[in-house]
Parts: sequence; C-alpha cells; structure tokens
Amino acid sequence: MEISNIWYFLSALTLLSALMVIISKNPIHSVLYLVFTFFCISAHYVLLNAQFLMAVNIIVYAGAIMVLFLFVIMMFDLKKNIPESKSSLTKLAGSVVAGTLLVILIAIIRKNTIPGPALEKFNSQTGMVENLGQVLYGEFLLPFELVSILFFVAMVGAVLLGKREAGERNF
Amino acid sequence: MELINTVFIAKAIIVGVVFAITLGVAAYSTYFERKIAAFMQDRIGPDRAGPFGILQPLADAVKMFMKEDFIPANSNKWLFIAGPCLSMLTALMTSAVVPFGDTVTIGGATFDLQGIDVNIGILWVFGIVSLGVYGIMIGGWASNNKFALLGAIRAASQNISYELAMGMAIITILMITGSLSTKEIVEVQQNGHWNIFYQPLGFLIFIICAFAECNRTPFDLPECETELIGGYHTEYSSMKLGFYLFAEYINMFISGAVMATLYFGGYDYPGVDFVTQQFGSNVASFVGVGALIGKSLGFVFVFMWVRWTIPRFRYDQLMNLGWTGLIPLAMYNVVVTGFGILVGKPFMVSIAGLVLLIAALFVYDQLLVKKKIA
Repeated sequence: MEISNIWYFLSALTLLSALMVIISKNPIHSVLYLVFTFFCISAHYVLLNAQFLMAVNIIVYAGAIMVLFLFVIMMFDLKKNIPESKSSLTKLAGSVVAGTLLVILIAIIRKNTIPGPALEKFNSQTGMVENLGQVLYGEFLLPFELVSILFFVAMVGAVLLGKREAGERNF
Repeated sequence: MELINTVFIAKAIIVGVVFAITLGVAAYSTYFERKIAAFMQDRIGPDRAGPFGILQPLADAVKMFMKEDFIPANSNKWLFIAGPCLSMLTALMTSAVVPFGDTVTIGGATFDLQGIDVNIGILWVFGIVSLGVYGIMIGGWASNNKFALLGAIRAASQNISYELAMGMAIITILMITGSLSTKEIVEVQQNGHWNIFYQPLGFLIFIICAFAECNRTPFDLPECETELIGGYHTEYSSMKLGFYLFAEYINMFISGAVMATLYFGGYDYPGVDFVTQQFGSNVASFVGVGALIGKSLGFVFVFMWVRWTIPRFRYDQLMNLGWTGLIPLAMYNVVVTGFGILVGKPFMVSIAGLVLLIAALFVYDQLLVKKKIA
C-alpha cells in the first residue's frame, strides 16, 4: 500500500468527520465526531513522524477538553435547548460570506506556489520527542516559559472562579 | 520484503498471545474475585461448576450470552451499543506498549517481546487511560436514565481529577529515566534497581490513581448501588453488561502490568544472570515474561484485597483526596526527585523526603489536635 493512498484516505475521513460535526443535529453526536476528527489529525501526525504531537493531541484534546465538552452538553436538557432554526435571510447571508471566503482562499492558493522544505536540509527525526525538547528548551526557552506563566495565571483564575463562597454548600 | 514479513508475523503472534493472556486473566479474575471475597468473609465461594468451581467463568459467560439483550425504548440505540465496545477497546489498547519480555532470538532473527516499541510509550498509556472514560460516559448518557447519567458524570469527573496526579507521578519516573519509552524505563531498572526504591511516594500516588481510574472500590462511585442503583450500567443487560464488567478486569490486569513496568522492574527478576548462564538467554526472557505476569497478578490481588477491606468513599471525600491531597503530594514528589538528581543521590533524598513528609504530617496533626482540645 502506497503511503500517499493512506494520506488520501485519512484526509477524506478527516474532512468527512469534520463536516459531520456541523451537519449532525444532535450535539452529542457533534462532539463525538469532533473527537473522531482529532483522532484523524493525530494519525496525520504519525504520518509526519511526529509521534509526540500525536500523543499530546490525543491526551489534551480527545482525552481532556472533549470530555469536558461532553460533560457540559450532557448536563443540558437537550429537548428544551434545541436552538430554533434561523430565518432564510440569515442563511443566505451566511452562505454568501462563507462562499466569498472560500473563493478568496482558493484564489490565494492558486496564485501562490508554496515552496516545500529544502530536501537536503530535511530531517525525518525533527518530530521526535528528543529533538522537540532540544528546540523547546534551547532556542525557544523564553517563549516556552512565558506560556507556562500564562497557563499558571489561567489556572489561578479558574480556581478563584470555582472557589466556594462563604456559606455556600454544594453537596 | 522477506524481513518485513517475518517481523509482521512475529508482531502478529505477540499481539495475539497478549490478547489471549489478557482475556484469560480477566475471565479468571472474576472467579478469583469471588473466591477471595469468600475467603475474606469466611465463606466457600463458587464450587459447583467443575472441581473447585474452576469452570465458573465459562458458566458465567454462557449465562451472559443467553440472557435477553434489552435496549431501552427511548435510548440512543447506536451510542448505547457503542458504549461497551469503546470500553473494551480502550481497555485492550494499553497493553500494546507494555514490554512483556526481553529479546528472543529464533533462527538468527531477534524479536522484542513487545507490541510496539515507540519512543512515546508512556504517553501512549496516558492517552489511552484518558480515553477510557468515553465508553462509560457514552453508555451512561445513551441509556436515557438519570441514574446512569449521574454515574457517567461521576466517572468523568473522577477520571479527569485523578489523571492529573497520575501524570505528575509519571513525570518523576521520566525525570529518573530520561526517556518516554517503556522499554528504556524497564532497562534502567535491571539488576534490582527498581523504581519503587527511588519513588516510594510516587508509587503510592500512582496506585491510588490506578484504583480511581479503574473505578474500583474504594473509588467505585460511578456504580455506587446504594445511591445510583447500578450507576452507568443500570440499563445494560446480557453481554453488553458483561463487556463493561470485563473491561474493568482487563483494566485491572493492564494497570498491574503498567505498575510492574514503571515501578517493579518490568520483566526483571532476581537471578537473571544465573538463568542466562544455565539455560541461555531465550529461556531467561521467557522466565522474565512469567515474572512480569506474576507481578501483574500480584497487583490484581491487591485490587481485590482492597475491595473487600475498605469501604467506599463519599463523593466529596473523593474529590478532596484527589485535588487537595494527591496533587500537592505529587508536586512535592517532583521537587524532591529533582533535588535528588541535582545532588546525585536519588535514593537517599527520596527516603529523606518521605521521612520529612511523614514528620511534617505528624507535627501538623499534633498541632491540630491541641487546637481542638483548647
């Protein structure tokens, strides 16, 4: 089996499941299709020889964020909270805007030829965790640490928001 | 092309054997669970099917298949079926990266006794563990039953909470080993340098989190029958229920194998060199496979032992233990391990850290008692 065949198959699967996210009526189905889309993207990372990104993508997105999505949606009473259909004018405006964006994007891609990476500099091991660590903790140390501070601030904010107020009792 | 074929066949055989062992162990875990429960409660336990009741799992399987497979009227049919399947799938996937043994040489070709040796091995385990909750959540939601939904939501919040402490415990292992590959983690521990001696606190945190991730007592709140009837599998019957229960036993066995790999030297056992000299390296490798499975079964026994000894936690106690107990402990452990590596005496520093922690807890407890009296 040619590797490009796998790529075409995966890409088709990714696009299909991404489409199903917005097409399906049931929000739970949407979330599950989104999880499937993340799996397909992880498979793309494996094809690019970036196993670390694959694992992190699954752990962070499929394993944590999507579980929280599912968690929140399950709490809703879905029968009461179905959003009413938009009027046909809104639908028309939406398709015009989206169609214009599509045309612009296709035009940009057709006009510009994006140069591929230079073959002599190409290193198939770039995506491996050792090399990624060297880059993160060497060349991009300052941005990396700044991001960690940002995460820390977000965490403190979340704890502060979730803190029980005086006298409040949840269970 | 020839080489690819032999490697492919070897891997297929390894995967098949691991699959068979896992399912066999899971089936007989149900029997031994009941035997151990009976022993602890001074009963006899199952003894009708075959000698000592040894055919009980077969009888249970036949019973499970024969029962009516009922799907509730207002449930979401496909997701209802997908729930147990996903549980089973995620339970079985973890064993792919567990190194079951050292290399074996047959006819001049050398094979690793491991499904896949990737350089992200332990992250694979972590990723699959974090996916394990989908089966329960989907099954619980699709049942269209408020008790099942409550069980599913409990399972999700519990798994997410305990994953954090588990990840922190794994980080200390990575700091010692310097690699994410499970194979390398085991190789560092050869000749008795097991991580349990360097990471007693980390192991304690990891095993508590493993109990929570497997939904075992004392953390089996998702199926807490006094509050939630049957929890997430209230509406399930027949083999779908069987799959959920089976997945739990598979998870126990695999988490035992992962704990043996991370903390108890994997396939290492005392006297490897002696066996290698006497019988050759192939025999030594196979004895190593036996050692790993023996260690895993030991952990399965610990899971059962705890189940029949400790009562279930209350839900707020569970969350408190996870967020305010285990996560700070795991952070402390990371700092202590880092200090140990910096000083160059990881063993001494880890023991000193543990003693210091116990002393601090003791002093804190004493101060608190005095305050209560005064």
